[in-house]
Order: sequence, then structure tokens, then C-alpha cells
Amino acid sequence: MLGYILRRILAVIPVMIIVAVFVFLLLRLTPGDPAAIIAGDMATPAQLERIRTSLGLSEPLHIQFVTWVGLLLQGDLGTSLISNTPVTTMIGQRIWPTINIAVMTILLSVAIAVPMGVLAAWRHRTWADYAVMSFSVLGFSIPVFVIGYIFIQVFSIELRWLPVQGYAAPSDDFGRFLARAILPCLTLATIYVALIARMTRASMLEVLGEDYIRTARAKGVAERIVLFRHALRNAAVPIMTIIGTGFALLIGGVVVTESVFNIPGIGRLTVDAILARDYPVIQAMILLTSGLYVFINLLIDLSYTLFDPRIRY
Amino acid sequence: MQADPQPASRMQWLFGAIALPAGWRLGAGPIVAALVLVVIVASALLAPLIVPHDPMTMDAVQRLKGPSEMYPLGTDAYGRDVLSRVVTGGRISLLIGIGAAVVSVLIGLLIGLVSGFFRTADAIIMRIMDSLMAIPSILLAIALVALNGPSIWSVMAAITIPEIPRVVRLVRSVVLSAREEPYVEAAIALGSSMPKILWQHLMPNTLAPLTVQGTYICASAILTEAILSFLGAGVSTEIPTWGNIMAEGRVYFQLKPSLIFWPGLMLSLCILSINLLGDTARDVLDPRLKKREA
Repeated sequence: MLGYILRRILAVIPVMIIVAVFVFLLLRLTPGDPAAIIAGDMATPAQLERIRTSLGLSEPLHIQFVTWVGLLLQGDLGTSLISNTPVTTMIGQRIWPTINIAVMTILLSVAIAVPMGVLAAWRHRTWADYAVMSFSVLGFSIPVFVIGYIFIQVFSIELRWLPVQGYAAPSDDFGRFLARAILPCLTLATIYVALIARMTRASMLEVLGEDYIRTARAKGVAERIVLFRHALRNAAVPIMTIIGTGFALLIGGVVVTESVFNIPGIGRLTVDAILARDYPVIQAMILLTSGLYVFINLLIDLSYTLFDPRIRY
Repeated sequence: MQADPQPASRMQWLFGAIALPAGWRLGAGPIVAALVLVVIVASALLAPLIVPHDPMTMDAVQRLKGPSEMYPLGTDAYGRDVLSRVVTGGRISLLIGIGAAVVSVLIGLLIGLVSGFFRTADAIIMRIMDSLMAIPSILLAIALVALNGPSIWSVMAAITIPEIPRVVRLVRSVVLSAREEPYVEAAIALGSSMPKILWQHLMPNTLAPLTVQGTYICASAILTEAILSFLGAGVSTEIPTWGNIMAEGRVYFQLKPSLIFWPGLMLSLCILSINLLGDTARDVLDPRLKKREA
């Protein structure tokens, strides 16, 4: 057990090293002079020189890498080429809106999707099942930003229930935060709900066919308990897995949703950085989100032992 | 607990081929999806012949007009015909979707075959694939486009690369189980060459799941193209794609939401159809599922 946990944690290290190498090479292996790519067509030689020194581009590749990783390990993600502020400061200023929205979205999605999936499996091949499945296919088929604009059009412009765009910190005024966060959360949740509901349904369908479910029903256990205690707990592992791998989808969604709703989070920061070719910020964001993804999936892998006592490594 | 089968079978007819094995009847869902797709692909292919206006011609007098006989879906901010642009836009969007699906399946197939068969290569390849999967695909794609320029090819590559690890994992898992089959052992014992074993004996096992995966990749690639364009990291804005048309409509959204909704509808219909066909293909091709549903 302890051995498994240790091995699983250690397995993260090579993955993160390869991600770091990849992020490092992304700029350096691009055809052409990286400094020229970053600076754009209008750059003066002085600007090019400044970018080269600030990214250490004139050193040999392996020395650049060692220096970069060394700074990384000290928590130094570099300095923005545009605003000249340390990247860590920029992320620190922008991360809270994203965290608030993302956490709310995950909670909301799980709260909606799991009952939906259970219902679809329980009422397999009835209208409820088809409704859930239709929603799920639809959720995968509409671009996130179109969903966002439909919500804005309906709830903010036609019905005038909610503000169109913007963000307010929950610590300042929770009501204002909620009014502005609901639509982004619903927008982001659509695809996540589709994904989780689909997996919950498939996993529950498999479990509901097991003998112990029939036994539980035969001995008169209440259906609610059969579904949620006997079946859902046994169906939990694939559901947890999809919540974890779906996290990558969520990050992509955050980037788009923050642009649609004008939220000053790290998703917008990333898009702005990419459009301005602010390379240190791009590097940092890819590293940060990949690290988060790996970390969340590690936690979920480890949590299986809680959900499923049969799993003993 | 099981519901009355009568209404269920009617719903089945509507929603698809869930009960396909008995008699191979296709539901209306996949048929409608296939028809929609044929119409969209045909109109995209024939776009230059059938669109009422040139999709690039600007007309300052006709800016942001509502639907009329001359412009059935109205005009955009430059006075260009929205209908013509949406139909023409499908060309590049579909090209990118199909291209990304074909290329990522081919590359993923080759890497997956090697990874599933050679244990030493497997450890290294799978670590690299795990790392690639850890990078959020949208971020990776926008970074790649930002660095390589907004050409159709760089957008296609940017969409293809993040999809490859998923194909590799699928192919590898199929190869890992097929490798233990007697016919593969026999081929090894007979001294067949390695490429021959990989290609003639193992590769055919992957065709069915790859067909399904390919349709899903195609759908998600079309979506990603739209998102890239929307974020300003897509194909150059001179070329109409569904994503570009929506990205341009963004500025005038409050004034004229239809600039986003028409291309959005077209794109969603297209992806919905591809996904439905993918689901049907999976139900037909995956014998495990057939047994469970039967």
C-alpha cells in the first residue's frame, strides 16, 4: 500500500521532467530566430538583443536548460517581456478568479452530472435516459464560447436577469460575485457535465447488472440505497478517473470562458500572453497547468483506495 | 425496474442504433446524421459554384444588414454575405477536421504498434505520451500556432499533435492484448519479419477502434479550430472558416448575434452528426458493447 503510494508519487517526476523539456524546446526548436518570433516584425535590433539576453538565448542549449530549470526549482518563473513584472507575481494577481470559478464549476458539474448519469442508467432506455444522452452528445458538439454567448443573449440581454460580463471578488461582495460567476460556471459546466454524466451512466449500467444488486433488491433494500450505496460506490472509480482527465478540458474551457465573460483570470492572462508572444508567461502557464493536471490525477489515483476497498496495491 | 419496452423501442428508433445486432436496423438518428453530413460536405465542396455571392467581396453600403431576399442570412460588418461565408467556411474547417483525424490516427498507429510490441521502447514512449497528455491541448495548440504562424498547416499540426497520445494509448492497448493471441505466437515461431507481424497480424485489430476514435478526433478538431480562431490564434483571418466568422462576429455580438449563431449552428450540426455517427460505429464495431446491451 505505502509502496504503491510512493511509486505513484515518484512516477510523477519523469512526466514533469519531460513536460519541462518539451516546454523548453517549444520555443527553441521553432524554425527561425526565437527572439525575432517573439519580438514580431517591427522589432529593432536593440529589442532583439534585450530578448536574447533576458531569455539567455545566446548560450548553448544545454546550459540554457540547466539555468532555466535551476531558476524554476527556486520558484523563479522568469520575467514578463511585456510588463517586466515577475511571472509569479502576475499569476498570483490573476489566479483567484480562475480558482473560484473552476472550483464552483467542478462542484456544480458533479452535483448535476452524477445524479443525471444515475438516473439515465436506472431508467435505462426510457425517455429520461435518452434525454440525458441527448444532452450529453449536444454538450460535446457546441463550442464553449457559443454556449457562453447563448447564455449571455438569453439571460443577460433578453431577460436582463444577470450582468453581461465582468467579475467581482467574492470576498468584496458575494452577491455581486455570484451574479457574475453563474453564467461562466454554467458555460464551463456544460461540457464537463456531458462528460461525467456519460461516464456515470456507462459505469452504473455495468454495475446494475451485477448479482449483488439483484440480491440487495431481493432482500428489500430501499431502491435509493441500492442505487447510491451499493451501485454508485462500486461505479465510482471510472467516474473519478473521468473527472480527473476531464480537468484538461476544463482548463481549455477556462481560457475561452474568461475571454467571453471578460474575467481577469489566468486563462485571459495566457491568451493575452500568447497573442503578445510573451514567452516566459506562456512557458509558466503551460508548466503550471500541466503540473496541476498531473497533481489532480495523482490525488484521484490515490483516492481510489478510499472509494474501493478492494483496491489494495 | 425495466420500463415498458414499447415507448422505449420507439425512442430507440429515434435516437439510434442501440439495438443494432438483431437484424441490423439503423435508427433514424444515424441516418439523419449521415444526411446532414452529406449536405454539409457537399455544399462545402461545391461552395464556389453554389453560393449566391462572393464570400470575400466587401460592400460598405450593405454593412450588418438583416436577412433579405438578396442576403438570406444578412451581411456582416464588411457587407459580406453571411450565407456565402458560412457555406464557404466549411471548406477549411472540414479540411482541418479530416486532416487532423487522418494524420493523428496514422502517426498514433505507427507509434502505438511499436510501443505495444517492444517492451523497451514502450516505457520511454509511454512516458512521453503521458507528458504530452498532461499539457492542456488548447494551450499547446495556441502556443504552437503563435510560434509557427497562422497558416492552415500550422493550425492543423497544432490540433493534431495533442491528439496523438490518445491514439497511441488506444493502439497500444489493442496490441498488448492481441500480442498474446496464438496466431501472433505462431507468426513469431514461423520467423515472420517484425514489420510483417506488426502490419499484417496486429494492425488489423486496431482498425475498428481507430475508425471510432478517428470520427471523434475529427469532431473535436473542428471544435478546436473554432476555439483557436475565436482566441485569435487560428487560421489567418482573410480565410473564412467557421471559427473565423464567429471570431469576427464577436465584436458585433450585442448588435447582431446572428453573426455568431449561424456559423455556430452549422458547426454544431456538423459535429453533432459526426459524433452520432461515431457512437453508431462504436455500437456496431464494439462486440463487448453489443453483448451488454443485448
